Amino acid sequence: MTDQPSRQHPIRIYLIVWGLLFLVSALSYMTDFIDRGLWRWALILLFMALKAGFIVAVFMHMRWERLALMAVVLAPPVLLLVLVGLMAVESDYTRSVRFEYFVEGERDEALPVSAGNKRN
Amino acid sequence: MMPTADVERKSAHGSSGASPLVTSFSDDWGSDISTFKGVRWGKAMMWVFLLSDTFIFTCFLVGYMAVRMSTVEPWPNPSEVFALQAFGISVPLLLIAIMTFILISSSGTMAMAVNMGYRRRKEAATYLILVTALLGAMFVGMQVFEWSKLILDEGVRPWSNPFGAPQFGAVFFMVTGFHGLHVSAGVVYLLTIAFRIRRGKYDESNFEIVEITGLYWHFVDLVWVFIFALFYLW
Repeated sequence: MTDQPSRQHPIRIYLIVWGLLFLVSALSYMTDFIDRGLWRWALILLFMALKAGFIVAVFMHMRWERLALMAVVLAPPVLLLVLVGLMAVESDYTRSVRFEYFVEGERDEALPVSAGNKRN
Repeated sequence: MMPTADVERKSAHGSSGASPLVTSFSDDWGSDISTFKGVRWGKAMMWVFLLSDTFIFTCFLVGYMAVRMSTVEPWPNPSEVFALQAFGISVPLLLIAIMTFILISSSGTMAMAVNMGYRRRKEAATYLILVTALLGAMFVGMQVFEWSKLILDEGVRPWSNPFGAPQFGAVFFMVTGFHGLHVSAGVVYLLTIAFRIRRGKYDESNFEIVEITGLYWHFVDLVWVFIFALFYLW
């Protein structure tokens, strides 16, 4: 137990972070009253990152760990951003293909006038 | 080389001018020694498990992003789907907001329990863990209410729903269901640890087990932060 770093942090820091999490959660709930657009999405991501940071750094004690453990836990999830990027490009393409081949065709059939014109 | 001696070992690169943070990293990985200084295997393994769980939940959320971006039908507006009537007016995301605050509070009580554990205040730690479990059970109860309302009253199914893109139901049940399972398992985990502390199983230790349990519980809260932001608010 001698190699165990001291884990007795003052209770005050937990109460402060708890309060901050309440505050940021209230703020992030309020983003729901902003119209969808850049501002709303930016604020959602900002408050999300703040809350995640508070929880990992203080509640999960990450800020008191050594870099070796920090790197093992925090570095791999960054790679997941590559997956996010790839899938964003892919689904954008899927959507354009769907509009190209499915949606227009259905619309043509659904429109009685153009369908009638085609039959005549 | 004794592992304990390595903790206090002066870095071989100390004179190279690199910051102590970086030299501690290279020293820890650099030779045949225990990598995570002062971290017992239980805690290291919990972190590795949580890392793998991060990848699972990210796969779900990326899948959600992919179907939401690629659907040609309008995505149902979550703030309307999850609105509740309160005092005669419709409040958007009311239940979800309450669930968020409950889960954050449970994280707060868990952090206190960990602190009390390291202070060897067994009774306080046990009661704080039980409060955490109670808040977790409340969260699951509210989720059951939300699910039954959506399934029975609104007719939301994994393959269809009355609001818009049919993928909405699949994503909703998959993501919140898997998170709810984590919360439910966490409640059982917390109760088990609380009873074991009470039985005196950890009296010989420094109650690191409370911190390990806390890591799992905070992770469940952490995942909810992302679900709340990306699924309910986006």
